[in-house]
Amino acid sequence: MTIKQMIKRNILDTPPSGIRKYFDLISEMKDAISLGIGEPDFETPWSIREEGIYSLEKGKTFYTSNAGLMELRIEISNYMKDRFSLSYDPQNQILVTVGGSEAIDVAIRTFAGPGDEVIVPEPSFVAYKGCVQFAGAKPVTIELKASHNFKLQPEQILDAITERTKAIIIGYPNNPTGAIMEYDDYKAIVDVLKDRDIIVISDELYAELTYKGRHVSIAQFPEMKDKTIVINGFSKAFAMTGWRIGYACGHPDAIEQMKKIHQYAIMCSPTTAQFAAIEALRNGRGEVERMVNEYNQRRLFMVNGFRKAGLDCYEPLGAFYVFPDLRSTGLSSDEFCERLLKEEKVLMVPGNAFGACGEGFARATYATSLDNIREALARIKRFVDRIKK
Amino acid sequence: MEKKLLNLLKSNARLSEEELAVMLDTTVEEVIAARKRLEEKGVIIGYNALIDWEKTEYENVTAYIEVKVTPQRGQGFDKVAERIYQYPQVSACCLMSGGFDLFVVVEGKTMKEVALFVAEKLAPIESVLSTATHFVLKKYKDNGVIFNRVSKDEREAVIL
Repeated sequence: MTIKQMIKRNILDTPPSGIRKYFDLISEMKDAISLGIGEPDFETPWSIREEGIYSLEKGKTFYTSNAGLMELRIEISNYMKDRFSLSYDPQNQILVTVGGSEAIDVAIRTFAGPGDEVIVPEPSFVAYKGCVQFAGAKPVTIELKASHNFKLQPEQILDAITERTKAIIIGYPNNPTGAIMEYDDYKAIVDVLKDRDIIVISDELYAELTYKGRHVSIAQFPEMKDKTIVINGFSKAFAMTGWRIGYACGHPDAIEQMKKIHQYAIMCSPTTAQFAAIEALRNGRGEVERMVNEYNQRRLFMVNGFRKAGLDCYEPLGAFYVFPDLRSTGLSSDEFCERLLKEEKVLMVPGNAFGACGEGFARATYATSLDNIREALARIKRFVDRIKK
Repeated sequence: MEKKLLNLLKSNARLSEEELAVMLDTTVEEVIAARKRLEEKGVIIGYNALIDWEKTEYENVTAYIEVKVTPQRGQGFDKVAERIYQYPQVSACCLMSGGFDLFVVVEGKTMKEVALFVAEKLAPIESVLSTATHFVLKKYKDNGVIFNRVSKDEREAVIL
């Protein structure tokens, strides 16, 4: 047997992310502009970085308790209460993880396995489907529509539910569409889910990056609170991607079992990052607001630019992505992105990398400087004009 | 809207009115009117480029000068401040709390030129009691901008 033959079927069968090849192409180009990287372009605010450094100077280099520093869990509990009106006991309802990504993986593994189905609305974060497959469960996709502003529709959930359905993954504000779900949008969803034994894994990493009203969590509905695992983190809100720190909140019985996987797999999240995260929650609000304000201005700038370039573009109200409709050019997502990169040296990620129904769209991020955005949009306009001529 | 406009212009005064309108989610007419209002009220006094003279071949020195003065009857510090800030060499002049009264920023081509200005113009002013001149040796940050920082995007390709 070859090594490859010895590898588990469900690992081999999971395709690598479709984003990769574009990054390989752009790495060899000069003067290329990437609108492809899904992380803040801001450095972590200095007071947060300094607190991390200070913890190292004081020799805080040991493991923390598996669930995370109690001081941090208390801050997370306060934050969830203040920002989202969600109350979680720091003793047994909060698990500090290695980024939101680990929390997603652990939540899926806790609730779904072979023979189970997990509903994954698409287009969405590329890891959801993979994590479901690695857990041995079957992802059942829902195709979100531009005509619904990429919001989840109750009928779609009803259609996807079978007796095997164990969980549904909801990710709003959404990567890659920038869509958000508002209170009324959730109402109809809650009606479908409240009396069913289905766990909601709610990925709310982009919660702070909401540009219309305040972020709504499905866990705010009392009938959904116990059945929902809320996942949040520091990467997007506080520009702390490289620190790898996030958290999951939920019912004590769920968190207890998730903690088991977490402690056997990786012990605890990085200690330095945990100390930095405490500072982020205590004193980071002003910096969050500054960054959100700037993202918002770039968001408006970019949406306007795509529309002026002749591409339909529904208004994204969250995260830091714009998801323009390419269909008027007659090109597929892949053709558009490949030619745009080769002819104008601008990288966008084809929408189908986030699920088949993302075909006809592409993702651009405004987590880059305004100068970059301005230049990229000028090139995109030139490109679209040429195609449409 | 005015505050947001001011903040945007402070960070980049070269944004066009159309760009400002888009970013503030308003109309070009609104932006033009608001800017005109702010300029007429003297809220926006000017638009400067932020220059790192160190990187040029031109010589330029800056001195921060602490000045102690005797306030004049009926006019306080305003009169003497006026006598000082009229000089073109003076780029900033503020009334201060604490150990001295006026804080004066003077720019010139050479240290000698600035020192001569202090000795011949500033110090002899009647109500000036004393001056202490501090020359800037290196500028790390000015107007919220860090100098000599290479702004290179170091984010690596990551799949998400």
